[in-house]
Amino acid sequence: MTAEVRTIKTAAEQALAETYAKAKGTLPGAGTIATLRDAAFRQFDAQGLPHRRVEEWKYTDLRALVRDAKPLAAPPDASAKATAGKIAAPFSALKPRQLTVVDGMFVADQSDLTAEAGLRIGSMSEALVRGDALVAAHVGKVFETADPALALNTSLMGDGAVIHVAAGTQVARPIALIFAGTQDAAVFTRSLVVVDKGATVTLIEIHESGSTQVNTALELVAGEGARVDHLKITRAGALHLSTLLARIGARTAFNSFAFTRDSTLVRNQSFVRFAGGNTEAAIGGLSLLKGKEHVDNTLVIEHAAVGGVSRERFRSVLEEQGRAVFQGKIIVAPGAQQTDAKMLSNALLLSDDAEADNKPELEIFADDVQCGHGATAGALDEELLFYLRARGIPRQEAEALLVQAFVGEVIDSLPQDSLREPLMNAAVEWLRARG
Amino acid sequence: MPLLEVKNLHVEIADKTILRGLDLTIEKGQVAAIMGPNGSGKSTLAHVLAGKANYIVTQGEVLFNGENILAMEPDQRAAKGLFLAFQYPMEIPGVATMTFLRTAVNAQRKARGEAELSTPEFMKRVREAAGQLGINQEMLRRAVNVGFSGGEKKRNEILQMAMLQPKLAVLDETDSGLDIDALKVAAEGVNRLRSPERSFVVITHYQRLLNYIVPDVVHVMSKGRVVRTGGKELALELEAKGYAQYQDEAA
Ligand SMILES: Nc1ncnc2c1ncn2[C@@H]1O[C@H](COP(=O)(O)OP(=O)(O)O)[C@@H](O)[C@H]1O
Ligand SMILES: [Mg+2]
Repeated sequence: MTAEVRTIKTAAEQALAETYAKAKGTLPGAGTIATLRDAAFRQFDAQGLPHRRVEEWKYTDLRALVRDAKPLAAPPDASAKATAGKIAAPFSALKPRQLTVVDGMFVADQSDLTAEAGLRIGSMSEALVRGDALVAAHVGKVFETADPALALNTSLMGDGAVIHVAAGTQVARPIALIFAGTQDAAVFTRSLVVVDKGATVTLIEIHESGSTQVNTALELVAGEGARVDHLKITRAGALHLSTLLARIGARTAFNSFAFTRDSTLVRNQSFVRFAGGNTEAAIGGLSLLKGKEHVDNTLVIEHAAVGGVSRERFRSVLEEQGRAVFQGKIIVAPGAQQTDAKMLSNALLLSDDAEADNKPELEIFADDVQCGHGATAGALDEELLFYLRARGIPRQEAEALLVQAFVGEVIDSLPQDSLREPLMNAAVEWLRARG
Repeated sequence: MPLLEVKNLHVEIADKTILRGLDLTIEKGQVAAIMGPNGSGKSTLAHVLAGKANYIVTQGEVLFNGENILAMEPDQRAAKGLFLAFQYPMEIPGVATMTFLRTAVNAQRKARGEAELSTPEFMKRVREAAGQLGINQEMLRRAVNVGFSGGEKKRNEILQMAMLQPKLAVLDETDSGLDIDALKVAAEGVNRLRSPERSFVVITHYQRLLNYIVPDVVHVMSKGRVVRTGGKELALELEAKGYAQYQDEAA
């Protein structure tokens, strides 16, 4: 942490301070929640927006990139609420249970709240106001980090979903959590998902946020022997900061994948702790960038118990002046023996002006472990292109085939096969549009 | 008119002259072997014919069916019926062999103004050609050449040739790395395609392959030129005497 005393604030930092001062009286939750907000804001205010000298944010300098902080969004009107309807369409074949958050507000009448044994779903703001026990037990406690984007979220968190899957419950339909932004304003959404022992659930987060500035966070607690498949899909026309905080119990399978396209400035950060032994996780991402888009996937994985197996696999395709960042830190705590972690990141640069930054880190405090990482960044292989063209495939088609293959490989690594096809379709749509 | 005429071809790569006035004529329906020591420029010739970018032609011409092909893109040449079986076939992660074959077949048909093959027709042709080469369905589903043995990669080249039905197939050391059984399978694949309408250039370092693919004519390359041409007995002579005389002669 920097010790510098900051007296000069940027316009965005000042606006955020004003937003908090003005909103704090009306934000949901009193007592310990209000205390939590205050502490988080003090921490954020002391740090300010992270900048390039903050190691964790080195390639995504928010102080330079965020010129203005927009005011908080107003509650959505009826037409705004209705926009969320179509967003889950690519996953309609999976018949998901759709939950909707529009302009930062959980919209019950656009959400499928039909009862299902072992499944409890509700609004975060209501839970905060009510002093819900699950929320009190977990919010702000799943993973300790002094990250400034998260601190800002904690200070200003408004609404989101609270999902509790009781022990042994197999939730058959995936839950699609739709986040739609329709205003030229800012939203701070916070969700909590608690999956008890032996339960399984698939969670598809879909963010389509237009020009809305988004700071979203999801806390996830998975109990022993659970299985959680998490997919996050993002299309964000303005600043989009996303934090996943996860605590994973013993013998749990946890898969998380972030697909980002058509997005101006995105930071997807995941903090995952394998708290119990013998967990299995696949964590990955695919980012498709063009123009001056900037997508940062940052991952901190802590293997805190024995026998954890994790696979991290991130890919990006960059056109024009796109910039993709991948930072992956794997921490193996003392005693977390037989950890097996492999991290790969590959960037495909389709333009000389594109940039891929890659920062893998291994911090290993146990001796009997297998950890490794690899990274590549480069253009399409001319030799491969020649091979395809020598078979009669014209250059453009050959390129498209190779890009699609590059993308397809990481999508194929998704452990849950039903999610692959809609993802591949979305990726192909982007590839076609690039022409 | 010969199918292929290479006249006084000079080629450089990375400021190094590799082909130095190469002349070669291939008649329609002919099977020609090109033999020669390592480094004599056999693969360079194959790549230049196929249109690889980083080779610079400084002199000479290449006529295919009377048409100068040197200004054409590799895919245009392929659509006109030129095929190169690579000495080192590439692995293409993420592209299923079946998809690759289908894309190639249809791209060539499109370039020639022919209709795409229907799925059943395509499948029928692949199954037949693959079956003859001992390539199973599982291999066809796998990414092109990824995890294939050396022999499987070479058989996959022959499969591509069988699907594309070229007018001229240049086989660059299709025999290298093959045991005798694999070599026979590959050679049978080639022999099945022999016809008065199709020519082959069989590049090889060893005479062995020519026991199975019997050539009409044998050319010997040395230092970037064809230095001798003879009948199939020339291959046996080379086998017996080695390439020493050609290395000396051109040195
Ligand atoms: N990409 C290249 N860059 C530089 N030199 C090359 C390249 N490809 C081939 N050569 C050189 O050209 C010569 C002929 O090579 P090649 O055509 O592969 O011969 P052959 O196939 O007869 O063994 C060799 O000296 C080789 O080193
Ligand atoms: Mg060679």
